[in-house]
Amino acid sequence: MTEVTRIELLPGVYLTAVHTMKFKSSYMGIQLLTPLSEEHAAANALVPMVLRRGTERCPDMERLSAALDELYGGSVEPIARKKGETQCVGFVASFLDDAYVPDGTLILEQAAALLGELLLTPARENSRFVSAYVERERANLVDRIRAQVNDKRQYAVLRLVQLMCQGEPYGVDRLGSEASAAAVTNEELWARYQALLSGARVELYFSGSAPLERVESAFRSALAGLKGRTAAPVSVCRNTLGGGEEKPRNFEDVLDVTQGKLSIGLRTDIKVTDEEYPALMLFNAVFGGTTTSKLFLNVREKLSLCYYASSQLEKFKGLMLVFSGVEFDKREAAQSEILTQLEKCRRGEIEPWELEAARRSTVNSLKSMLDSQGRMEDFRLGLAVGGGDGPEDLAAKLEQVTVDQVAAAARRVRLDSIYFLKGKEKHQ
Amino acid sequence: MNRKEYPRMGETVFSDRLDNGLTVYVDVKPDFQKSYAFFATDYGGMDMEFQLDGQWYDTPAGVAHFLEHKTFDTKDGNALQDLAANGASPNAFTSSAITGYYFESTEKFYENLKILLSFVSQPYYTQESVDKEQGIIGQEIRMIEDDPENQAYYAMLEGLYAHHPIRVSVAGTIESISRITADTLNLCHSAFYNPGNMVLCVAGNVDPEKVLELAREILPKNGKGSILRDYGPDEPAAAAGSRTELKMEVSTPIFRLGWKMDPAPKGEEQLRQKLIAELACEALLGNSSPLYARLYRDGLINGSFSYGFDGYLSCAYAMAGGESADPDAVAAAIAGEADRIGREGVDAALFDRLKKGRYGAEVRSLNSFENICVGMAQAHFAGYDMLRFPEIFEGISQADVEACIRTCFTPERAALAVVQPGEDRA
Repeated sequence: MTEVTRIELLPGVYLTAVHTMKFKSSYMGIQLLTPLSEEHAAANALVPMVLRRGTERCPDMERLSAALDELYGGSVEPIARKKGETQCVGFVASFLDDAYVPDGTLILEQAAALLGELLLTPARENSRFVSAYVERERANLVDRIRAQVNDKRQYAVLRLVQLMCQGEPYGVDRLGSEASAAAVTNEELWARYQALLSGARVELYFSGSAPLERVESAFRSALAGLKGRTAAPVSVCRNTLGGGEEKPRNFEDVLDVTQGKLSIGLRTDIKVTDEEYPALMLFNAVFGGTTTSKLFLNVREKLSLCYYASSQLEKFKGLMLVFSGVEFDKREAAQSEILTQLEKCRRGEIEPWELEAARRSTVNSLKSMLDSQGRMEDFRLGLAVGGGDGPEDLAAKLEQVTVDQVAAAARRVRLDSIYFLKGKEKHQ
Repeated sequence: MNRKEYPRMGETVFSDRLDNGLTVYVDVKPDFQKSYAFFATDYGGMDMEFQLDGQWYDTPAGVAHFLEHKTFDTKDGNALQDLAANGASPNAFTSSAITGYYFESTEKFYENLKILLSFVSQPYYTQESVDKEQGIIGQEIRMIEDDPENQAYYAMLEGLYAHHPIRVSVAGTIESISRITADTLNLCHSAFYNPGNMVLCVAGNVDPEKVLELAREILPKNGKGSILRDYGPDEPAAAAGSRTELKMEVSTPIFRLGWKMDPAPKGEEQLRQKLIAELACEALLGNSSPLYARLYRDGLINGSFSYGFDGYLSCAYAMAGGESADPDAVAAAIAGEADRIGREGVDAALFDRLKKGRYGAEVRSLNSFENICVGMAQAHFAGYDMLRFPEIFEGISQADVEACIRTCFTPERAALAVVQPGEDRA
């Protein structure tokens, strides 16, 4: 049986603990939640990358790796995500669950302590981070941001969001911009780190066989250094629906590519906590979320206008993004076919089998999430930030959604921006 | 039906062998929502020359992969769509050694299993659809040829092997696939997709009896057993070449460094070799090794650095690779470290930690049904029981790992492939 508990461990420090015997690993997370902003995004993303390089006790990679190996090969990864207009930075970690440790050693307490060390007692040099670590990780961050253009499929989505939401916090990438990443100094990073420790909401996550009392006490002692915080930090969820202009906007980029990418951004006007949200999910699945969707079967398979065509929801921001790969000369035809399929959804022209296949696929995806510690951590972090139903409740609601409700959700959606990534002259 | 408990791994596996030669494994996982089925044949990109009913055949490169694409076709349409309409997530892959078809679902498991067993065992290849597929796979081959990681990998294999077909791209070439016809597909299906050459692995909250029953009902009553193949003359122990360089549109050089190893005999030795080779990689250049820390600190490697071991019955190799501004310096540093370990041995405390680390990582990997099922299938074809991992692993000594580093990670057995930034692709 799986049991989920959520408590406030310290002021502004929340623990979500999932008690389960299903897995071989204990999965843990420590996230610092802060408003997404152009000014701080890159530095925030850099903080866990630098923290991961060494602690007071294990000041370099060799000693840190040795400590992890002693704990039967735990993994700790720095991570930066955005949930709506909240940036979440920190670590996700996976350790061998106590139930499978051959010599009966208890790992949870030591693992939590190590995470606490990584967060609170970094290796230092002149009361700052070790400058060699800052330089190397800043270079790694800049490389990662620069490499975003390598995957054109992802890049076309990223650019659409940037352009469509310019001026809104959501337009900022989870890693920040290349220029701001390159400019971060050790002093600024240290100040950012201190600001996060004192002001960010902290979300802790645990999934494994240990009972709640042990998890609670392990994290309480691991994070004793946070006790000094007095008040609960400000609310971090300030998502705005809407935004954008009245008339659809068009954007284009030119790059050395052989295949064009067409991305379309829509505003859904439906929040994850709204009654209509399950219908919106189903609308997305019918329209472009699955391999039985209208976009996949018509735009891709039947008309061969695209190499791929699909849609996804950004549930906390209320966006629906459509992305496709098209030959340059088929752009107009693909765009018009995508919008035609959207109109069909709005008019409720959805076959019963289409609705059922979409429903089965969406329910299946929610239920199978319960079998993945990583996906559950991400989902529950979203719940902590933006609210909404848990996977079981959501699955139950999806069973009840009618075709009329799907069409009604489709009618709420408003076309905002169209982005096209095209090639240089020689390919046209 | 056999029932076997693996308390240290927390698994219970039911298995049986049907009259047609198919072995079925069912790992029962009562707490899970989803179930996963993997139906695989001991047939991959390297299996081009084989014997069927007393006659030898030589087939073009890329048939196994081509078959995988076309096998989803049914008389009434496409099995992918049938599975997707049930909410299942189906897919397939072809590697050098195996082809596997699978789905994951939280509902209608037996119905989905029926679809899987049916479409894989009942070929429907028409010349028309084969002709159409040539264009689609041609596109895929061009994409692969544009992928620097993949090019580096095959360049490394070409450096290691003089003629073993492991060096041939699984997808084949535009030229080789142009020689594939519906007859080729039917021939290879009748040889390699016979139940005696296949395995079915299931994990989830399912009834093993029911799985067996469906397999008996749907699959052919007779099998042809395993198929004899020819991989050419014996390979020398040494690598065929030492360094290859390509030029492609990359922002940083990409490299793959491989070490040719002698394949282990079929059975538990296969698993032992894999575990020893993986520990050797960890000790020599793994995340916790002194060399890794030095290379990372000096900016010679970054987070993209990875390493591993691939072992088959007919060939085996270890490899490492990633992005680096100076791949030759990385290769030289690794060669130096291998030489030092060869002389001085591995630090005993490091070895103990690495063993703990590998143990935990290996057990944790069983969270994934895909890892369980694909692992069981590969182990079945290689003749060992994957879940006996703790027992075999315990028996591996520091001396085993040092001997592996001393004999296998030598300059004679190594081949380096580098993809440099540049336009010239000749």
